[in-house]
Amino acid sequence: MALKDKYDVVIIGSGPGGLAAAISAKKYGAEDVLIIERDVELGGILLQCIHNGFGVEIFKEDLPGPSYAQRFINEAMLLKVEALLDTMVLDITPQRRIFASSKINGFVDIQARAIVLAMGCRERTRAQVRLPGTRPAGVYTAGTAQRWVNVEGYMPGKRFVILGSGDIGMIMARRLTFEGAKVERVLEVMPYLTGLTRNYVQCLLDYDIPLQLQHTVKRILGHQRVEAIEAVRVNEKWEPIPGTEEIIPCDTLLLSVGLIPENELSKKAGVQLDALTGGPVVDNNFETSVPGIFAAGNVVHVYDLVDWVTEAGLAAGKSAARFALAERRREIRHIPLLAGHNVRYVVPHELDKQTLMEEEVRLQFRVKQPVEEPVWVEVHSENNLITRKSERYVRPGEMVTIVLTPRHYEEVERATSLTVSIVER
Amino acid sequence: MPETYDVIVIGGGAVGCMVARFLSRYRLSILLIEKEADIGMGASSANSAIIHAGYDPLPGTLKAKMNVAANLMWDTLAGELNIPFERRGDYVVAIGPKELPKLELLLEQGRRNGVPGMHIISAEEMRHREPNINPDVSGALWAPTGGICDPFAISIAAAENAVQNGVRILLETAFEDFIMDGKRIVGIKTNRGDFGCRWAVNAAGLYADVVMHKAGVRPEFKITPRRGEYCILDRAEITVNNVLFPVPSDISKGILVTATLHGNTIVGPNAQDIEDKEDRAVTYDGLGELWDGAHKLVPSLSPRHVIAVFAGLRASGNAPCETPGVDYNHDFIIEIPREVQGLVNLGGIESPGLTSAPAIALRVIELLKEAGEKLEEKPDWQPIRPPRPRFRDLPHEEQKRLIALDPRYGRIVCRCEMVTEGEIVAEIHAPIPARTYDAIKRRTWLGTGRCLGSFDMPRVVDILAQELGVSPLAITKKGPGSEFLVRPTKQVEG
Ligand SMILES: Cc1cc2nc3c(=O)[nH]c(=O)nc-3n(C[C@H](O)[C@H](O)[C@H](O)COP(=O)(O)OP(=O)(O)OC[C@H]3O[C@@H](n4cnc5c(N)ncnc54)[C@H](O)[C@@H]3O)c2cc1C
Ligand SMILES: Cc1cc2nc3c(=O)[nH]c(=O)nc-3n(C[C@H](O)[C@H](O)[C@H](O)COP(=O)(O)OP(=O)(O)OC[C@H]3O[C@@H](n4cnc5c(N)ncnc54)[C@H](O)[C@@H]3O)c2cc1C
Repeated sequence: MALKDKYDVVIIGSGPGGLAAAISAKKYGAEDVLIIERDVELGGILLQCIHNGFGVEIFKEDLPGPSYAQRFINEAMLLKVEALLDTMVLDITPQRRIFASSKINGFVDIQARAIVLAMGCRERTRAQVRLPGTRPAGVYTAGTAQRWVNVEGYMPGKRFVILGSGDIGMIMARRLTFEGAKVERVLEVMPYLTGLTRNYVQCLLDYDIPLQLQHTVKRILGHQRVEAIEAVRVNEKWEPIPGTEEIIPCDTLLLSVGLIPENELSKKAGVQLDALTGGPVVDNNFETSVPGIFAAGNVVHVYDLVDWVTEAGLAAGKSAARFALAERRREIRHIPLLAGHNVRYVVPHELDKQTLMEEEVRLQFRVKQPVEEPVWVEVHSENNLITRKSERYVRPGEMVTIVLTPRHYEEVERATSLTVSIVER
Repeated sequence: MPETYDVIVIGGGAVGCMVARFLSRYRLSILLIEKEADIGMGASSANSAIIHAGYDPLPGTLKAKMNVAANLMWDTLAGELNIPFERRGDYVVAIGPKELPKLELLLEQGRRNGVPGMHIISAEEMRHREPNINPDVSGALWAPTGGICDPFAISIAAAENAVQNGVRILLETAFEDFIMDGKRIVGIKTNRGDFGCRWAVNAAGLYADVVMHKAGVRPEFKITPRRGEYCILDRAEITVNNVLFPVPSDISKGILVTATLHGNTIVGPNAQDIEDKEDRAVTYDGLGELWDGAHKLVPSLSPRHVIAVFAGLRASGNAPCETPGVDYNHDFIIEIPREVQGLVNLGGIESPGLTSAPAIALRVIELLKEAGEKLEEKPDWQPIRPPRPRFRDLPHEEQKRLIALDPRYGRIVCRCEMVTEGEIVAEIHAPIPARTYDAIKRRTWLGTGRCLGSFDMPRVVDILAQELGVSPLAITKKGPGSEFLVRPTKQVEG
């Protein structure tokens, strides 16, 4: 695929949010739409969610994650959305220039008229890092384990304890049990379940996996690999209650302690973030504080249903398309004013052609070299002389002015740039 | 007849690696053995990473001499070996009026040790230089020659340069005993068989007492592991740009708050004597202690900012200082003992051991010369360790060029620290191959960001498996017994 220098809408991330944004941007008239995805396939986190529970709102069907994603991938491909896979966006500027890097596509440097941020979320690791004890192999986030089991085809352990009653953890408890592993316990520091009740019933109760509320891990044991964890009951302030410790032998501790929007890139683009959600502050068009940069999906706040992520993506894609088309119109109206022979620069730098329909436009510039005899000051389009005037001399110290008037509109309308130059007579 | 070397270095921490590196300048055959799966997994990779100015040790001790001599070496050394190092200077911060007089004592001690440029600054000046400082600051001692470094890089860079210059390194090779001919060491026994040698250098860190006792040297010498725990804070949440020490206590320099070269802030260490030389577990109570210490210097730090915790073990010895009139019982041992022939004995190398390592290496060379060893310089000795590209540090134009040269530098594997597949592969095939996850982590800082490797882990396991030509099931975090995965899933088997 030949990459263009400039796209109408560039979407970062190809999860349900990004795919929906791409589809909707196309439908609302954006021509060049590009998705950049760091993984080797489109679909985002859904690709590792092989369980059912997706699409009930939108399709009135209960689909596994990859099938849900596939419907949108198919539609995006039909609409000729372009995609760069295995490519990670490194930087975005507030002027919507995008830098990305890839093993297969090399270093990517493109300009977008509008951007949709759809980077999703990452798992929290805070609890993990404050866990006292040793630092052996066998402590993973539930999502990492999910990737190993569902995508790579490997079991990361035989006997598990899961810290946190988040949905991914409970879903993994069932998945691991299917695979013949033993899940000893799910521990939750809060006095209530943090995931969906549905998952508690279908993933824990149905498989006799005990859930202990108001419990946490006090210590990890084992030098090379986890050998056990010490569980403990906590009070309302999350402090361990002495005497309630219990050693649970296991070889793996999974952490399922919540998700947090992924906004490293948003920060680089100067997008304002909400301290509470961890995601960008957006308006009803899903536009962030930086004009032309939109955001949708779990990058904004963590949704509990993928269907709502899709809806948000559709809305953001539409707004991005509108913005991009307005940009295009602006670009068509605006042409650059270039410095030609013996001209250092021209101000203004660009001309809004429509102004010329009604008003004069004054172009001002300085020359590079003095010419102490009469010269022409000329304004050319690509093919024609638009106007000229004569000066008795030109000197770098003295600014020169030439005026375009509504009389020139017709010629200028056809031009894609204008050049101002000094021509010796 | 076992393989025989002129010198065998026992232990691949900062000290052993620096000794090997400086000795590699001479016409000697050298072997370095390390019991772990990688070099630098002991104290040398779990410390405060400070290149001390040298005002802290008692005048007259080996600690003071080595520290001050080594501090001067660091600019050249870091340049030659490409070790990230910055001379940012450091502060000892007095809080409240009572601590102020202690600064004068430290200043005087520093002057006697020969530390240049130190002076005391006012509370106001301190608040200006570090806006996060406790407002009750009463003054601070400023030592401009203090520095910070990438601690992982020290052992690795020194060992790699040693290998460049012909030193052989054997990992997962543990010293078990000496082979003696009367009073003369003629070799060592290891789990991988015997090796002959004329000289053995004891650089075994926490186990230096065990090693010297095998040669019958200093039976009264004992190393007590003294644990120091740390927290690393997220650079996105808070940054302290300076190295801040509290006024020291009798047993340790206290809990400091310091900048790292990566822009994170670290808090620690505390000090707790323990029994088990392998117990690097972080404790619940210890973490609490860190916060009391941290808040004394920077009240705005919060446990919410923590992204990682770890602990290191100081090899705290009981060797008396040999300078007459200096009453001190925890000095370094750097000697060729009389009881046996063929042993260069190092012991009790606790802080400032990281700083002192290059000076210790030079002192070892002196001792060998004094013992009659004719050290002949090699004309082709190469002191420079060539750097390898670090994608995240490059401007876009150079990133582009690097990817064009080798597309593997285009694939980001660690999203927080921006480490690429190219860098990982380069480390796997480096002069000292990185064969475990942690070995790659120490060389690239991958997995040390806020997501703690949850993104990169499966990807790194894959790359390691591919480059080493083994199954992902064989890949470990830090050597045998620390495999990440246990078996394929049923679908894959079926
Ligand atoms: C491990 C895990 C399991 C989950 N399981 C469930 C579940 O079972 N059910 C459920 O309803 N929800 C689940 N969720 C929540 C899920 O993230 C959302 O429901 C949904 O997938 C969000 O869609 P999204 O498009 O916002 O983000 P994602 O699906 O996360 O897509 C974001 C995409 O952006 C890409 N990306 C990020 N940064 C960059 C960059 N710099 N350059 C290029 N590409 C980038 C990522 O690779 C990813 O493909 C899970 C989340 C996680 C983390
Ligand atoms: C908490 C803490 C903070 C510190 N802060 C600083 C600081 O800021 N600045 C500073 O200058 N210093 C500091 N230090 C001190 C510094 O880290 C050490 O002095 C230095 O790393 C010691 O290096 P080493 O090579 O002697 O020991 P180590 O790094 O422990 O290396 C010894 C090696 O020998 C190996 N070994 C042991 N037994 C055998 C055997 N039988 N066979 C083969 N190999 C063996 C070990 O596996 C190990 O790799 C600190 C130390 C700690 C613990």
